[in-house]
Amino acid sequence: MSANNLLTPESLAQIDRELAKYPADQRRSAIMGALRIAQTEKRHLTNELIEYVADYVRIPPVAAYEVASFYNMYDMKPVGKYKLTVCTNLPCALSGGYQAADYLKQKLGIDIGETTADGKFTLKEGECMGACGYAPVMLVNNHTMCNHMTPEALDKKLAELE
Amino acid sequence: MTVYVKGVVFEGVDFDDPNSWKLDAYVKRGGYAALKKIIENKITQDEIIAEMKASSLRGRGGAGFPTGLKWSFMPRSFPGQKYLVCNTDEGEPGTFKDLDIMVNNPHALIEGMIIGGYAMGITVGYNYIHGEVFEAYERFEEALEEARAAGFLGDKILGSDFCFQLHGHHGYGAYICGEETALLESLEGKKGQPRFKPPFPASYGLYGKPTTINNTETFASVPYIIREGGQKFLELGKPNNGGTKLFSVSGHVNRPGNYEVPLGLPFSELLEMCGGMRDGKKLKAVIPGGSSAPVLPADIMMQCTMDYDSIAKAGSMLGSGAVIVMDESVCMVKALERLSYFYHEESCGQCTPCREGTGWLYRVVHRIEHGLGRPEDLDLLLSVGGNIAGRTICALGDAAVMPVQGMLKHFRAEFEHHIQHKSCLVPGF
Ligand SMILES: Cc1cc2nc3c(=O)[nH]c(=O)nc-3n(C[C@H](O)[C@H](O)[C@H](O)COP(=O)(O)O)c2cc1C
Ligand code: SF4
Ligand code: FES
Repeated sequence: MSANNLLTPESLAQIDRELAKYPADQRRSAIMGALRIAQTEKRHLTNELIEYVADYVRIPPVAAYEVASFYNMYDMKPVGKYKLTVCTNLPCALSGGYQAADYLKQKLGIDIGETTADGKFTLKEGECMGACGYAPVMLVNNHTMCNHMTPEALDKKLAELE
Repeated sequence: MTVYVKGVVFEGVDFDDPNSWKLDAYVKRGGYAALKKIIENKITQDEIIAEMKASSLRGRGGAGFPTGLKWSFMPRSFPGQKYLVCNTDEGEPGTFKDLDIMVNNPHALIEGMIIGGYAMGITVGYNYIHGEVFEAYERFEEALEEARAAGFLGDKILGSDFCFQLHGHHGYGAYICGEETALLESLEGKKGQPRFKPPFPASYGLYGKPTTINNTETFASVPYIIREGGQKFLELGKPNNGGTKLFSVSGHVNRPGNYEVPLGLPFSELLEMCGGMRDGKKLKAVIPGGSSAPVLPADIMMQCTMDYDSIAKAGSMLGSGAVIVMDESVCMVKALERLSYFYHEESCGQCTPCREGTGWLYRVVHRIEHGLGRPEDLDLLLSVGGNIAGRTICALGDAAVMPVQGMLKHFRAEFEHHIQHKSCLVPGF
């Protein structure tokens, strides 16, 4: 392992806080939090970064890959500055989920899974986020839930994302 | 939107006050009084479990298993470490009640878990939170800090010898982790693949140790039961369906949201509370308990009361209490296509009947919706379903089949129309 720190001291301190939650012989439990912290800093998980995080948590790299590839919110390919995930599951669909996705496709000129040429936006379709009462919902960079995403609300939101 | 009518989870919460979730406000409305009562009066573990049984509280995570009974299964005298786990991996389409609890009243959950730990002799707990609601995870971490600082959580709680540590853990996008053994695998830092049962978590759970798992709303109901008594909780609802419940209402109503009401409330009254149907359209069908529950047509639904027994008698299930309301404009083939896609997408792939079967269900419904259906397709759907149900490691397989069976039972004509005329009767969404 190289001595180069791929993550900032702040991120490493956050990972330490995750590690402290679990028994000393169960460090592996912290891998989900650790990968999330790494991704939040670097935007996506490269092989090098996954190996670095695995090393820090002291688990085999393959165990960390397994987790990164199993869970949908980890990005193992580059994404734009803002990843927009629109929920189109049935409850959201009944209240305009597909209209929200279509509006974004047309406005950004990209399809689901694509990133705009300027690298600013990536568009994704998501499954139920547990917020169906606020449909249609959209998640920005995994951690910010936006409610009632009508076309007007989407215009406003996109303008805020600089 | 949250509407409190009568109940135990949101009693006294002020939804307009951004500080109402905090410890001070929670204590002011009677919070942590149940924990104090237990510690001060040296109430025994047996007494707590008896109170839980008297309440007839049934698990709010979907299966409706009696909580007091589950707690009594925990081998209390087991010498090693034991764990208490809360399931906040709310991802069943239509369900958004646990998010509301986490954001508006996290201390009710924390107090409920501390009491659970006390009753079962457990000193460490985790709350597994759905990754998509990261704000709820952050709120929970903040609430834990408050509880620790006030001496309600941690070592020597309220000066007694009882210690309980509690931590938050988040998922990161996998519906299957709501299944309790997949959740445990995920909590151990692995792929969320369900385990064979038996052994059940009560004997082999987190890190192989005895573990009790309950839903967020289940735990959040505990403080009231201990404070006011199980009998009083029971009387809020109806026999065998004790207490009140949060219903997440989504779809074509004027005011979607969470409604905390007594179990046994007529569905028609719930619909009225939601402001009735959006744009004055006609009710067509309701999925009464989350996307896995079989759909019920309007006429049957309007006769139902909102409780486990009534919905089961009507041929569906109360599940997580997610009520998905659909008006006359919804194409049932299209609705089923979206749900079948979801189960296919979220199958963990471990068992062949589920991995292959959910793919078949989706592809067949997809081709019917897109005008390529064949007359034999409806029987094919039922036979594929028959090959999944009951033959898999976890209940996701059954969950994928029930919506198909429900749709074909009540709306078969609509599917036949699609196959014959290669088009929808209604515009869809
Ligand atoms: C596919 C699947 C998804 C589930 N999702 C959830 C969930 O999101 N939340 C939950 O509490 N229970 C969920 N369950 C049920 C849990 O396995 C478990 O029964 C429940 O957490 C027990 O808590 P309770 O007794 O308090 O209801 C799910 C089950 C299956 C099979
Ligand atoms: S039934 Fe489906 S989701 Fe459950 S273990 Fe089997 S493959 Fe995985
Ligand atoms: S269906 Fe979109 S959040 Fe549940």
